[in-house]
Amino acid sequence: MSAGPVLILGARSDIGMAIARAYAADGHAIQLAARNADTLEPERNDIALRHGTDVTLHELDALDYDSHDAFLDSLPALPDIAVCTVGYMGEQSENEADMQAARLVMRSNFEGPTNLLALLANRFETRGSGTLIGISSVAGDRGRATNYVYGSAKAGFTAFLSGLRNRLAKKGVHVMTVKPGFVATKMTDGMDLPEKLTADPDKLACSVLRAAKRRRNIIYVKPVWWLVMLIIRNIPEAIFKKLSI
Amino acid sequence: MKLSGWGRYPVADCTVTAPRTPEALSEARKSGPLIARGNGRAYGDSAMNEDSTVSMRHFNRFIAFDHTTGQLTAEAGVLLGDVIDAFLPRGWFPAVTPGTKFVTLGGMAAADVHGKNHHLDGGFGNTIDWLDIMGPDGTVTRCSREENAELFDWTIGGMGLTGVILRMAIRLRRVETGWILQHAHPAPNLAAAMEAFEAAPDAPYSVAWIDCLSTGEHLGRFIVMLGEHAPLDRLPNRFRQVPFGPPPGRNRTVPFNLPGFALNRWTVRAFNAAYYRMGLRNAGTSYVPWDTYFYPLDGILGWNRIYGRRGFLQFQCVLPDDTARAGLKALLTTIAETGQGSFLAVLKKMGPEGGRFSFPMPGYTLALDFPVSDKVLELMEQLDRITLDHGGRFYLAKDARLTAHMLHATDPRAGAFAAMRRETGADTGFASMQSERLGL
Repeated sequence: MSAGPVLILGARSDIGMAIARAYAADGHAIQLAARNADTLEPERNDIALRHGTDVTLHELDALDYDSHDAFLDSLPALPDIAVCTVGYMGEQSENEADMQAARLVMRSNFEGPTNLLALLANRFETRGSGTLIGISSVAGDRGRATNYVYGSAKAGFTAFLSGLRNRLAKKGVHVMTVKPGFVATKMTDGMDLPEKLTADPDKLACSVLRAAKRRRNIIYVKPVWWLVMLIIRNIPEAIFKKLSI
Repeated sequence: MKLSGWGRYPVADCTVTAPRTPEALSEARKSGPLIARGNGRAYGDSAMNEDSTVSMRHFNRFIAFDHTTGQLTAEAGVLLGDVIDAFLPRGWFPAVTPGTKFVTLGGMAAADVHGKNHHLDGGFGNTIDWLDIMGPDGTVTRCSREENAELFDWTIGGMGLTGVILRMAIRLRRVETGWILQHAHPAPNLAAAMEAFEAAPDAPYSVAWIDCLSTGEHLGRFIVMLGEHAPLDRLPNRFRQVPFGPPPGRNRTVPFNLPGFALNRWTVRAFNAAYYRMGLRNAGTSYVPWDTYFYPLDGILGWNRIYGRRGFLQFQCVLPDDTARAGLKALLTTIAETGQGSFLAVLKKMGPEGGRFSFPMPGYTLALDFPVSDKVLELMEQLDRITLDHGGRFYLAKDARLTAHMLHATDPRAGAFAAMRRETGADTGFASMQSERLGL
């Protein structure tokens, strides 16, 4: 078992933290990157104590694109696996009315993540190995009135990951797209989520780890989502536009 | 949301919040009395409050570990199973553990849980060096046997009613292996089982399983199981490669509620008879991995569902040494006569008292579970009265239906506990459905 370092981009998120714990339990050193990284010290300490592995904190502003190269240079080692959990949903109603709010969602879910992964992809390609994991969303499978701003940014991210996978397939670098459905996290706190469709971050992390080991390309965390999205994608637009789902 | 304890009885619609910081927790306190909830393993309504139940699941970080003393500092929502996962491979094991590892440290302190070593080592409270507690005014107080000792003593076994436990320091014990050297002694009746306990006061772990459907001279057939942590040099060669035991197997799940008729006196009798015969066959000495020994039911996630939709009730009392024999005989006879077989029944000898409102006392504790029915509720009232007559008392972590009158009649400390709550103002900050029901 190789247990090289795993970089978590957007480590403050519940999903990022759960994935960090899962990889630490598997014996990997962990690099946690987030804004105000030093406030993650309790989490860093927790993971290091539990799993007896090296865990380091790294300052990262996903929206400050020009800083990303320097950020990657500052890591103690180029990671074997990089997981991008950067994302921000915002409020759809606000995203409709306020273009600045909408732009923040676009930048947080598309520009920031793709900029980071593009730079990592080049470094991985040069090295000839590595795994890139992008946490996208089922919301990107089809735009819906209730969250199409977020959804369209995720759709872009999904397409980017797909292209990256295609480009790097023969270069020893694996790219995996994760499309979680509902996950019980800070982002969804207070939402009334259907239990059968909702994953818990730790279970999601286990699926991600297992799927990455098997070099899967695209995973829906709960298999039922594959079916749900298959149906949603195939509803004719003439009907779809009149639905509220 | 619909909430219940592990026994799935009672069920109530509770407002549940899950704060992530002490500040957010303090904010939740402002909307009225609340109760903290760990992993929901108390059987009844100990961790339920319809207006404000506060899940501690986000307070789940390890803070420090001292490799020389085995002192672990952690937040209250950390699961015992996570402690074992992290530290058993490094040669440390919880100094006191209940029969499931799916409990939080905070819940263990609040119920002052006991394990198979209670007769020697006392309850979980004995392994706690200090606790940080958020009181009714939102301030956090560190308490220990030296510092704020009164608050410490009331909190150990205080069922979360003195405040919200935020973090604590506990002691783990050094172990050389994850294996338990078990000695099983079948005992044909109660007298023989009690003799087996009395003859083994120094056994580190001891517990007896009871077949409580047999009557007459077999009244309660027992298998008394003694255990000790196996030292590395006594471990058979084939286990020595993996001194900390095989990793726990894949958990099986009971995915749905079994129909109520799945458990009846015939199926339970058949199960118990088979288990007893298995015990006879395995009598003697064997090596058992830690998870099978301490947590046999944890391997079946959701085993509480086998009791069907109406849920189940636990009965657990402790009887003082001098009345234990007569009291246990009366309890077991009553149960056998009604034919209400308990799927899982255990007997254990207990050691000295712990916190000021902790359950244990020197004597014998009997624990049984029954599927909920009107008949069972009647039976439990009978068992309550027998306990009262023999000077015993009840374990609140298992309780879902005791009356205030019965609690106060069996345990004069309950009045003092309630008075302390009024004096300190804890009653304005913390309440559970159980504390309301029991007048605490």
